[in-house]
Amino acid sequence: MEKCPKHVVHYMHAFLDGEISSEEEKILTKHLESCEDCKALMEELEQTETLFENVATVQAPSGFTNNVMARLPQPIKQKGPKKWLRQHPMMAAAALFLILMSASFFSSFENEQQFSFTKQPNIIVEGETVIVPAGEVVKGDLVVKNGDLRIEGEVDGDVTVIRGSKYMASTAVITGSSEEIDEVFDWLWYKIKSVAKEVIPSSKDDKSNNE
Amino acid sequence: MDELITKRVKEVLNGNQDAFEEIVIHFQHRLYQVCYRMLNNAAEAEDIAQEAFVRAYVNLETFDQKRKFSTWLYRIATNLCIDRIRKKKPDYYLDAQVPGTEGLDMYSQIAADQRLPEEEVEKMEMKDRIQYEVSRLPDKYRTIIILRYMEDLQLQEIADILEMPLGTVKTRVHRGREALRQQMGSM
Ligand SMILES: [Zn+2]
Repeated sequence: MEKCPKHVVHYMHAFLDGEISSEEEKILTKHLESCEDCKALMEELEQTETLFENVATVQAPSGFTNNVMARLPQPIKQKGPKKWLRQHPMMAAAALFLILMSASFFSSFENEQQFSFTKQPNIIVEGETVIVPAGEVVKGDLVVKNGDLRIEGEVDGDVTVIRGSKYMASTAVITGSSEEIDEVFDWLWYKIKSVAKEVIPSSKDDKSNNE
Repeated sequence: MDELITKRVKEVLNGNQDAFEEIVIHFQHRLYQVCYRMLNNAAEAEDIAQEAFVRAYVNLETFDQKRKFSTWLYRIATNLCIDRIRKKKPDYYLDAQVPGTEGLDMYSQIAADQRLPEEEVEKMEMKDRIQYEVSRLPDKYRTIIILRYMEDLQLQEIADILEMPLGTVKTRVHRGREALRQQMGSM
């Protein structure tokens, strides 16, 4: 075996990948002519590859697409409030009234400059950035105020970033809705929704109560 | 085709849920197939492939439209499959090296434990045999071997799907191929 240089095996794989140079191929061929062990190895590797020709293609079962469509959540939420206002005019009016009555609204937007976030057990905080690490699943909603949010893992709930940025790694998953709030109007909108949620039970809750 | 998909993606982002149906129809078999190869179980493959489409839909905003949609979809599906596989064996820390073995980790130990009796393996039809042997590969080789040989993807595309350097993909193809050769050695 002393005559077998290490790179021969490397060349075998390069050959199988279709990425061998002609010079390397010459060296490989020459060695295989003179070495039974390597020749056998090469043949076995080639055989292993050809085995995949026996693999039959499989098809998704019938009804697959319909099942996916049935599993989708409600259409992606519109960024703007228009759609929601159209669907829930009374609720919006009631919520707006309550917020403006409270008179604390504008001051709360101006004054809440402090970095704050929902305390979830498996998040990491670096400076003013909240990180959902890869592989972690945050159960519940996540709100970050006056700071940034970086998601590498999964959030099983809604994500809201108020006056900050949200970065999503390709591994990131948010199962709920996701919003970034910067302007006074967005802030108002956010408040309307949270007040509305408290004041008027959502239709989902109605359903579960009736059942 | 890519153009049509890009168009449908934009429509979905604009709130047209129905446009997603065409995307599902177009990719359903490919996605189901890769899940089936990974999980070696039809019911689980169906569940995970459906979940992959749902996740793609929910997270569509995060898809970089300059990239290939199929790559992104494969990434979601393979990640979900790997998660599912790990959940099935929660007692092991899978990447931990087994003491006293060179290059063997828990994956290969588990693979060895799941071995069927030899008589049974010999009776298998070739297409089942190869699926069985692939399912015994350590996870980090299995995904790559499946994408390379069963889905016929280029090495660069595999690197994009798994977000791995091309060199790592190549090394793993080589090791996976060598592991398969050894497993098939009894033939
Ligand atoms: Zn040799």
